[in-house]
Amino acid sequence: MPSPNRTPDTEPLGWLEHRLPVMSLLRHHYVAFPMPRNLNALWSFGAFLIVTMAFMVASGLFLAINYTPDITQAFASVEAIDRQIPSGWFIRSLHMGGVTMLFGCLYIHIGRSLWYGSYKAPRELLWLTGLGLMLMVMVTAFAGYVLPWGQMSYWGATVILNAVHAVPVIGQPLSELLLGGDTLGNVALHRLFVLHFTMAFAILGVIALHVAALHVVKSNNPSGVDPVSPKQTLPFHPYYTSRDGFALCLFLMVYAGLVFFLPDLLTLADNYVQANPLVTPRDIRPEWYFAPFYAILRAVPSRLGGLLLASGSLAVLFVLPWLDRSAIRPAAQRPMVRLSLPLAFAAFILLGIAGMHAPTPAWLLASRVAIAWWFIHFLLVTPLASEREISS
Amino acid sequence: MTRWTRNLILAASLTALPACASTPAQRGLMVFQQVCSTCHGMEHVAYGDMSSLGLSPDEIRKWAADQQMPNGTDDNGDPKTRPATATDPILSPYPNEAIGRLANHGLLPPDLSRLALTLPGGAEKIRQILLSYAPTPAGVTLDEGRYYNTALKWKHIGMPPPLQDGMLTYPDGTPPTSAQMASDVSAFLDGIAHPHQTERKRIGIYVLAYLALMALLTFLLQRRIWKGRR
Repeated sequence: MPSPNRTPDTEPLGWLEHRLPVMSLLRHHYVAFPMPRNLNALWSFGAFLIVTMAFMVASGLFLAINYTPDITQAFASVEAIDRQIPSGWFIRSLHMGGVTMLFGCLYIHIGRSLWYGSYKAPRELLWLTGLGLMLMVMVTAFAGYVLPWGQMSYWGATVILNAVHAVPVIGQPLSELLLGGDTLGNVALHRLFVLHFTMAFAILGVIALHVAALHVVKSNNPSGVDPVSPKQTLPFHPYYTSRDGFALCLFLMVYAGLVFFLPDLLTLADNYVQANPLVTPRDIRPEWYFAPFYAILRAVPSRLGGLLLASGSLAVLFVLPWLDRSAIRPAAQRPMVRLSLPLAFAAFILLGIAGMHAPTPAWLLASRVAIAWWFIHFLLVTPLASEREISS
Repeated sequence: MTRWTRNLILAASLTALPACASTPAQRGLMVFQQVCSTCHGMEHVAYGDMSSLGLSPDEIRKWAADQQMPNGTDDNGDPKTRPATATDPILSPYPNEAIGRLANHGLLPPDLSRLALTLPGGAEKIRQILLSYAPTPAGVTLDEGRYYNTALKWKHIGMPPPLQDGMLTYPDGTPPTSAQMASDVSAFLDGIAHPHQTERKRIGIYVLAYLALMALLTFLLQRRIWKGRR
């Protein structure tokens, strides 16, 4: 027997509902969805990331239409986008500024999860899919940066591919798979273009997984205690739609400031010189979002060691839910973590600054101290603190 | 390139002046057309892109038509040329790199498309270089084809001093001193290295104003919705 408030089949929405319940699904997940009442502004960064990704995919499609993945024409085709293609300068700025906004939000989003313990049970899979997304975004950003075929594209990619080559066992076949030859050339550029394009859509798929996981375990909140009664929650709409809407306007103002007024702020001028395998730039610098990892690579005297520490610095995040077994989520309520975690954040920022500077002894020392603290925090302080909190 | 052919190109380009130059970038374009373009090109910039400086389509077409573009080969295999159009790139006067080097003591005059962005110091550095030529001091010997220039780290440059007072006439009556031409041409090259800069800022103001208004409205909306719910 149909329920009394069931929409009759004669109505278009009712017809759809009985065959594919998208409307009730949307209502359940984006209208009536219960949210904690006490979320702060840091919980808006997930929304920022989704919006930025949408901008990246949309602008990327238009760039791809006008881009030529061939080493003799790639640079000129990007110049044509900037100069002759109608609104090409805008689309390209949107894409370039979007990378900065994407990584900025990504690092803040992850930092928020660390500070409020959002990686803990039952949200481990949410955490892991999120970290997976970060790795995918990094691979995509690397491949995308090679495409304009400027000096920094070429030499940055050479540094990274040499590093990949140094990985034991899989390194050589992997770098050969990317290069398709002995040196970075036409075949590699074509492969990186396809990789960049494909990864973008793969990221969209994993975002769906990440959001699905979120809707099973629900949002964490600053108190770290999940709401138990409906009185402690508010429906997603209109409470968080309105608040995210306001936050998005502020976010887009920063994004627009970057696109319209500071397009050169975050790019390296050297990348407007066409790639030349015979001329090595005086200093090869990464974009700011890779600077922390570049600093680690440089601070370790051995190439393999640097690679292991750089990937290890991310690997510790993957095992964090099992290193930190304390039930207390917010760092503010944990005496040791409250001091140690901000220092780890500072270490990450310090590494980023070091990676943008020439490797003088002072910066190398600062990098080494920062690397040491990053690992001490995650491998020593975190397990010890949780041991103590469990036993007390 | 001999002085004779250089003068010939100079004379030819004199016929293609914009009717009335007024902004620094427009005067800088005149300097480019009459001085720089005898050795330098801007291969990523099209003649039509000059409309952003305020040149009319007719002025652009007239300038382009006076330049020759490579156009394949004829039946004997000899290279052919055709007059350029507005969509053609502003190429270097040298047909290839080897000839460019041959004409300049082994150095290739750099492309100017992005020079004001990629040269450390930008447009201001270009202006300084143009004005920092000096007689070679006693005791300093420079290779043939090198000129003493105090703006550079090693105090020499491969470019002969390009500017002389009064070498061209600005239609708007601005005195064509070397200092004036140097600052005009660096303003021009700065605009070329940062395409659509004016348009970018103009649209940006509208976008920011729109977003600020939306931010205000959504702020009021969310405050009303959250009233008493904290």
